[in-house]
Amino acid sequence: MAAFLDAKTNDRLTALGTPAAVGWSEDARLDAVTRLRTTGLPDRRDEYWKYTRPDAFTAPAATAAAAAEFEGFAGVDALTITFVDGVFDADASDDFALEGIEIERLATSDVDIHWAKDLYGVLETNGQTPVSRPLAALNTAYATDGLIIRVTGEVSKPISVVYLQKSDASDAILHHVVKVDAGASATILEAGPVAARANTVMEIDIADNATFNHLRLQGRDHEQATLTHTFTRLGNESAFKSFTLTANGTLTRNEAIIEMNGDDASAHVAGAALGDGGDFNHDDTVFVTHDALNGESRQVFKKVLRNGATGIFQGKILVKEGAQKTDGYQISQSLLLDDDAQFYAKPELEIYADDVACSHGSTTGAIDDHALYYLRSRGVPKAQAEDMLVLSFLAEAVDEIADEDLQDFILGKLETWLADR
Amino acid sequence: MLEIKNLHVQLEEEEKQILKGIDLKVETGKVHAIMGPNGSGKSTTSYVLSGRDGYEVTEGEAILDGQSILDLEPEERAAAGLFLAFQYPVEIPGVGNMTFLRTAVNAQRKARGQDELSAGDFLKEVRAKAKTLKIDADMLKRPVNVGFSGGEKKRNEILQMAMLEPKMCILDETDSGLDVDAMKLVAEGVNALRDGERSFLVITHYQRLLDYIKPDVVHILYDGRIVKTGGPELALEVEKNGYADIIAEVA
Repeated sequence: MAAFLDAKTNDRLTALGTPAAVGWSEDARLDAVTRLRTTGLPDRRDEYWKYTRPDAFTAPAATAAAAAEFEGFAGVDALTITFVDGVFDADASDDFALEGIEIERLATSDVDIHWAKDLYGVLETNGQTPVSRPLAALNTAYATDGLIIRVTGEVSKPISVVYLQKSDASDAILHHVVKVDAGASATILEAGPVAARANTVMEIDIADNATFNHLRLQGRDHEQATLTHTFTRLGNESAFKSFTLTANGTLTRNEAIIEMNGDDASAHVAGAALGDGGDFNHDDTVFVTHDALNGESRQVFKKVLRNGATGIFQGKILVKEGAQKTDGYQISQSLLLDDDAQFYAKPELEIYADDVACSHGSTTGAIDDHALYYLRSRGVPKAQAEDMLVLSFLAEAVDEIADEDLQDFILGKLETWLADR
Repeated sequence: MLEIKNLHVQLEEEEKQILKGIDLKVETGKVHAIMGPNGSGKSTTSYVLSGRDGYEVTEGEAILDGQSILDLEPEERAAAGLFLAFQYPVEIPGVGNMTFLRTAVNAQRKARGQDELSAGDFLKEVRAKAKTLKIDADMLKRPVNVGFSGGEKKRNEILQMAMLEPKMCILDETDSGLDVDAMKLVAEGVNALRDGERSFLVITHYQRLLDYIKPDVVHILYDGRIVKTGGPELALEVEKNGYADIIAEVA
């Protein structure tokens, strides 16, 4: 037990109480509490939280946020699982049966021995070095539900996790575990604002030759505080692609922590964000560790910001000694549509192998006047021409979506959102 | 069709006078050419007419089909029937050429109070027109001008012109960067649009292009003014003797 616990961490832990004892996850939960008491919760003096204030996530209670309607992946053929304010909704969910995949819920999986015991809180713990992520430990300790998914074969359609918010004061902590067996492949879609305040974790273990695609729509709402962590571990010749589209309000921080553990693995993580208004704060924080041969990683993040919106990107590629032939790429770009918008970028490379190719770039710019003139000279009105150039700017990120139909779906969503802004 | 009267233009950023009183009248269905040495104001003329930012009209006016256009937005000028084929067409990654064309065609139709073209009708038309310009399906699908060769970019400009069916076409150094075969192809595309109603203003350094797009009238622009006007033979004179003699004549 830590000798001193800061008031803020103490208040939050007191509000949460003792983690519920649920079978196999109990040890991980108690361990997470211990770790949390050691590190304490982050505050604005933390280097890792320099650009985004963590207060909304560390406060004992959630700040109220108006519930918003959200369509998500409507129209995409998928197995749908719905959570309302972080609570599973059986009536709005499909039967969990689908070939090549086994799905359970964390809240109802109360056996003592479970394969997920080797993953729950384990990838999260690995992801705590070299940077501590106390809010992810908090999630491991106090998650009330989540999906425990094992992919055993090739799954014919995506699993679509729909998050609906109905209560203005909901406060959700969800923790998903995904294990993709050797040679298997699956796609998971996540859509919606989750809750007034949300803290979600997804731990993903991708075995040799397996493929996992993750596509996330964080909605178009304006008051929620959302914090997500994805911890991904990749085996030999495995592939991971994750893309997030956000047109979200007050506060979003998406952390992606990726361990390239197997040789010849490939991980692409990308995001597109549309930010409008001074309340908008969108933070992508990525940490990729190469610890195997011939790994390929890409980070592609684009943000379109207007009316005082703030965008943040913190991205790191760590290449460990011996991770030869690593190919790491990182680009973060912002399009500032007016003088009030702000973009902060902190790209980092740390390389201990001598035969690697790593590159990073970050740009901040306005709409290209000449391109705008070109489009207008063809008769396209100014606002519509600007939207076309915004889509053009986001294209490189959208290109990272593995499936072409889903790519078109996202483009359609973007076009609609831009058109009736 | 297009009448330019005493047009004076300076750069907005610095008080540098570029056009110093241009007078020009392109009649309906005619092809006029503007030739001139570097820095004479040829491209500025095309930019000012189509509404690019950064230029200030200090005097004079331009009238398109009875309508004064210099106060209009670029898209309004386009809807009024003006088209500029760019010297350097702009690359727009992530926006499909076909999407771009359809957006432009329908935006202009909307501005003119016409119904939008259906996807089917549009596709039929664009395929037919692309074929004559040797633009294949792949070029239509690719992002606007991205990875296009110099010749492909210019052909793409002419395709846009063919789809938008303007009354007044301005071609800004459409021959630059083209080999003879590419130039012929572009010229054929332009000539196919000459129907006795549509007017053209062809801006070029060299007489070469005018072998293929035969002008009715040739103007020589020098130091922001039209210093000489004549028939096609004037272009041949430039080709033979350069601009020096003509400039010396007016100096």
